Amino acid sequence: MPLTNLSGVARSEGDPRVRRKGPSSMSGADRLARALGWFSIGLGVVELVAPGRVARTLGLEGSEGLIRAYGARELASAIPTLSIDKPVGLAARIAGDALDLGTLSTALHRGNPKRDNALIATALVIGVTLLDLTAYAGVKATHRRRPGSNRDYSDRVGLPRGPQESRGLARKDFQIPPDYRAEGMVADAIPAQAS
Amino acid sequence: MKALVWHGKEDIRCDTVTDPSIEGPRDAIIKVTSCAICGSDLHLFHNLVPAMLPGDIMGHETMGEVVEVGSAAKSKLKKGDRVVIPFTIQCGECDQCRRGNFSVCQRSNRKGELGDKAFGHRTAGLFGYTHLTGGYPGGQAEYLRVPFADTTHVKVPDGIDDEKLLFLSDILPTGWQAAVQADIQPGDTVAVWGCGPVGQMTIRSAILLGAEQVIAIDCLPERLSMAAAAGAITINFEEESVVSRLNELTGGEGPHKCIDAVGTESHVSFGQPDTVVDRAKQMLMAENDRPHVLREMIYVCRPAGVISIIGVYLGLVDKIPMGQAMNKGLTFRMAQAHVPRWTGDLLRRIEDGQIDPSFVITHKADLSQGPEMYAKFRDKADGCIKVMLQP
Repeated sequence: MPLTNLSGVARSEGDPRVRRKGPSSMSGADRLARALGWFSIGLGVVELVAPGRVARTLGLEGSEGLIRAYGARELASAIPTLSIDKPVGLAARIAGDALDLGTLSTALHRGNPKRDNALIATALVIGVTLLDLTAYAGVKATHRRRPGSNRDYSDRVGLPRGPQESRGLARKDFQIPPDYRAEGMVADAIPAQAS
Repeated sequence: MKALVWHGKEDIRCDTVTDPSIEGPRDAIIKVTSCAICGSDLHLFHNLVPAMLPGDIMGHETMGEVVEVGSAAKSKLKKGDRVVIPFTIQCGECDQCRRGNFSVCQRSNRKGELGDKAFGHRTAGLFGYTHLTGGYPGGQAEYLRVPFADTTHVKVPDGIDDEKLLFLSDILPTGWQAAVQADIQPGDTVAVWGCGPVGQMTIRSAILLGAEQVIAIDCLPERLSMAAAAGAITINFEEESVVSRLNELTGGEGPHKCIDAVGTESHVSFGQPDTVVDRAKQMLMAENDRPHVLREMIYVCRPAGVISIIGVYLGLVDKIPMGQAMNKGLTFRMAQAHVPRWTGDLLRRIEDGQIDPSFVITHKADLSQGPEMYAKFRDKADGCIKVMLQP
């Protein structure tokens, strides 16, 4: 059941309910980044929880500590990737991909009985790296301020009589209400004491 | 009908939804003629505000025409009335409403128990905002149900464009209150952090209230140019030190009045290292807000000065220098705007030609383009400062 229907329990009888969804404000690159963020969490949890199994699958026995550290790194990069600061998270992921590839390269020697697994893992990491690069370039391009797009709003005064003529105009018929007064002068207070 | 609906972080869609219907005798339905995207909508867009649910309709800056009125609201409203809808819902009868503190109305939050838990005591119901403030469907839609409609409206005359009247719903009274609660007096130097729509209204309000010198602080050239248009002295915090420049402009004394029109989402940059730490904490859910502006205001404000906070804060903030604030004897004033307290006076000023709030609109679009306008507004792309939408 869609979340919009489930959340209907929090609404009252006369509140509008979603009937048909329209296109999202998220770009394709945003959605890709989000998917990569969740992928990071999944991989990070596996590496943290089962580093021995990962090491045995790749023929990297003895590297369990390193794999667990990589799991923590995956989780750390997932947080900004899933936030609005996606480029930071994606850049961290790309750097992490390079580390992963470096580590996997040590398992590609012919003496490794799990060399085939390591080859498959390397191919997967290369694929994910390409996705990371695509997402990074996409979110940077989508959300950047285009050069030369600065606008000059120096004609947007908003005070039809001009700034100088408008200065203090409201004071003719408006005083700060007593409950909004924050400061007073001794000069104000002395007559009050005298009376 | 069509409406802009929140589906999650950065995910706003123009959905087809059922029409709202009258629930209570004080309700009314309005056909929306114009609405706008507010800076505080971006806090929802970024999923920084707790208790939003997929399917919530956005929007709290709305005006339109009354099309249906509940039995108890008929003495104040009739079909065809042209109204601006304040973003706060108020009963008009509780102790807080009678004091003019409409944004903390004690009766209009239909999920008041949630509000009690979150805030200690409930605040007013708000349109298009979190369920902590009632979860009322918002006005970025073709139709809006207005609860407590007999007291939650500003009747406006025909013959004045929506562009001039729409912002009575929020940013004009909000900017005005920011200036009023700073207790601006003639001769004051007033520094305003943030030149978004509320900051722009605050700058003009400060001038109308007689501030001698208004100093506007931001980093976006188009926003600074708009601030300068009203006669403000501008500081681009990416190019110069805010503290040094403010001291230079005030003979080393600091501004009399400091106004925060930024709130929770201070600009993050390595030039302001505390913002980077705050952002990291925010991601780890160790802090809700990035209060760089608060810290800077407390540091630079003249002793015995006033700090006015109108930018929205959401929860817990870290490293606020209360020692500086206490020893300097600063006065803090803050609130969501008590909109109806000011709207009568401000409508008269619009009619009198003292202020024309339409200056702030930089983009107009059809409601169906709302999702892309959210992204444009958030990215500050194409000089976007204020988006007005029309169904």
